[in-house]
Amino acid sequence: MRIGVFICHCGSNIAGTVDCESVVEIAAGFPEVVYATDSMYTCSEPGQEGIITAIHEHNLDGVVVASCSPRMHEPTFRRAVERAGLNRYMFEMANIREHVSWIGKDKAHNTNKAADLVLMAVEKLRRNRPLVAKSFTTVKKVLVIGGGVAGIQAALDCADGGLDVVMVERDQSIGGKMAKLDKTFPTIDCSSCVLGPKMVDIAQHEKISLYACSEVESVSGYVGNFSVTIRRRATYVDWTKCTGCGVCTEKCPSKRSPDPFNEFLGTTTSINIPFPQAIPKKAAINPDTCMKLQKGKCGICAKVCPVGCIDYEQQDELVTVEVGAIVVATGYDLFDWHKYPQYGEGRYPDVITSLQYERLLSASGPTGGHIKRPSDGKEPKNVVFIQCVGSRDRSVDRPYCSGFCCMYTAKQAILTKDHIPDSQSFVFYMDIRAPGKGYDEFTRRAMEEYGAQYVRGRVAMIYPHGDQLIVRGADTLAGTQVEVPADLVVLATGVEASQGAVKLGETLRVVPDQFGFFVESHPKLKPVETNTAGVYLAGACQGPKDIPTSVGQGSAAAAKALGLLSKEQLESDPAVSKVNVNRCVGCQKCIDTCPFGAIKAVTDRMGRLKAEVIETVCQGCGICTVTCPQGAIQLEHFTDNQILAEVNALCPPKMNNVSFE
Amino acid sequence: MKILDLSAGDRDFLAEVESRSGQNLKTCYQCGNCTAGCPYTFAYDIPVSQVMRLIQAGQREMVLNSKSLWLCASCQSCTTRCPNEIDVAKVMDVCRHMARESGCVSERTTKLFTDAFLQSVETHGRAYELGLMARYTLKSGRFFDNIALGPTALLHNKLSFKPHPIQGKEQVARIFERFRKGE
Repeated sequence: MRIGVFICHCGSNIAGTVDCESVVEIAAGFPEVVYATDSMYTCSEPGQEGIITAIHEHNLDGVVVASCSPRMHEPTFRRAVERAGLNRYMFEMANIREHVSWIGKDKAHNTNKAADLVLMAVEKLRRNRPLVAKSFTTVKKVLVIGGGVAGIQAALDCADGGLDVVMVERDQSIGGKMAKLDKTFPTIDCSSCVLGPKMVDIAQHEKISLYACSEVESVSGYVGNFSVTIRRRATYVDWTKCTGCGVCTEKCPSKRSPDPFNEFLGTTTSINIPFPQAIPKKAAINPDTCMKLQKGKCGICAKVCPVGCIDYEQQDELVTVEVGAIVVATGYDLFDWHKYPQYGEGRYPDVITSLQYERLLSASGPTGGHIKRPSDGKEPKNVVFIQCVGSRDRSVDRPYCSGFCCMYTAKQAILTKDHIPDSQSFVFYMDIRAPGKGYDEFTRRAMEEYGAQYVRGRVAMIYPHGDQLIVRGADTLAGTQVEVPADLVVLATGVEASQGAVKLGETLRVVPDQFGFFVESHPKLKPVETNTAGVYLAGACQGPKDIPTSVGQGSAAAAKALGLLSKEQLESDPAVSKVNVNRCVGCQKCIDTCPFGAIKAVTDRMGRLKAEVIETVCQGCGICTVTCPQGAIQLEHFTDNQILAEVNALCPPKMNNVSFE
Repeated sequence: MKILDLSAGDRDFLAEVESRSGQNLKTCYQCGNCTAGCPYTFAYDIPVSQVMRLIQAGQREMVLNSKSLWLCASCQSCTTRCPNEIDVAKVMDVCRHMARESGCVSERTTKLFTDAFLQSVETHGRAYELGLMARYTLKSGRFFDNIALGPTALLHNKLSFKPHPIQGKEQVARIFERFRKGE
């Protein structure tokens, strides 16, 4: 074999603490290395050309590049050697940046370690063999999980691009958090007026099928060919017949059912349609409060329904769909502010969350758009807004900024003045974060035109006084304590990862971070991709995001899905497991351990059981290879021999007094 | 108002307060929660959040001369509310120690009272109220401040004319001795 070694300086990233010239000299003496050189930026155009020229000039049949982590540039270099006519698996990468130069300062030690890593790569490369990818067809259909604004945008873009779309929504209606908002910043346009038409498009688009009141139960398969099981929860209403006329909701006698759409500010009927613009506009029964389902008495809705769609016997239903790509847009939840003793822990009805305040402001809300405080229905005059409730607070394990609370608080202060002209808003803030287009001007307007009084400081105590609440805080700019007699206190509750995100992440093999937000593939360059091929992220499930950013990400995820499925065929990674049938004893241990269901049992012509790998399903994780008692199943490109060769390169057998000869 | 030269800030002061209190004061982002909850802000010359800021800026003199240190009741409201889990009351306590050590206690009477109290404990093994009050009144020269309380305290048998020594008062005295030797 004729091997070429290329040592990258990565500017001063590597060369700063590794003597690259020495590594070149050492590498030139490694077995079968016929050419070794260094370059400033191997990934650059001239750097890649250098590899290609060397392959031709020195007749190389294998290449080692010692540079950065393979995550970013292994595909780059594989393409380069392929352009020069080599098989792309005749290439190895040694990571001497993340594993050497960035973590050690001692140049002599670093240089030695870099040379060791290059030797390991050379020893592995000597045992590589050309591998050829197999191609497979894809299902031209996308699953969108979550029907908030990000999911809606992703679904519409995919459908307009010609793909079939399946949308799964946990709640009774799509629309997510945005459907609950009254107005949106920084333009004060009506939220349901801009979102409503998009929701209707979802319902009417011939390429979109919507499953509301549904959750993803399990996912199997791989990029291009996922098989998804969806659990459709029983709604006790046959939605194929329900016309959404609403007669049942008018006649339902059980009127004390909790109302999640109105953030539990009021109650609703057991059978209900959550809001007038709901999509799908279908009724559903809350089984916890329905008298018929609880006690067997009532049945009024079934009597009044003009189309006879009530079905008290309905059960959950499992539906399986085949899709080629998945967009996760599961959104966020609000922080539970009851953890803070200083805000009363729920003792005072007039301390509410910002989303509850949105429902009070909204014309479709429980007060018909009139601001009435929950305790006595009076119109508040002094309204106190407290920002960063569950944001930027290590003591409650929420050190991150929720990003958009500054903006919606400014919006709510403006709307308060619009609704009640003789009201006064007080906003307790720490820092104002308004980096979007027109955002800072908007917060200035709240102060300058609408007279909201911004107080830089926190609130330490809220206590009742007559029918008011005394809010005591600090004004750190004045260096003093301040008090406000408030009629209503609105807490700008921060963003949390959606409940169930961790479980869904396990199903989809998408990793959540320590706070439960899904981790993107690269924080800058792959913001909507995940480390599972074919699964994309959109909206606040990846981190706190406002509406414009969520919509942008929805479109970005759709573009990725469209790009993926625009190819007629996809190539599978040939670095998958392979069974040596002569050694396989048919014990089937590999079948039990495979997390992807990629191994099946087959009978050979002598009638003996053997394992067989389904190549397109295998993800190349290697669990089966360490399970096999016979060493019969081997991961291509990472065989036991290749890994042992690397270990032996690092710790030569004679040093351990063990002979492998 | 005095202009603070930030470049002349005493970085050692911050390091000393941090190491003696075991707190990381660099995490303070001036939210003001400590000041908001402090029941003594009305009497402070520098609110507690600004004390934290001045420590960050290395303003040793301003902090150690502050009256606030001596008005702090160690009620721990600040510590309870701090989102960054800084034990603010502990920091105030450390600053009190440092102020005494550098001889710049701004509330003279507070220091006199503390000294009189400690001397009483050293001599008798516990506080001897009448002796304590006599010493404090003489040293501070504030003869009439607490005189009205005298008869009431006497009637309730709270002021004894004789000290009540405790068992093992020598051991208590030895604690003071060991402290002075710096053990």
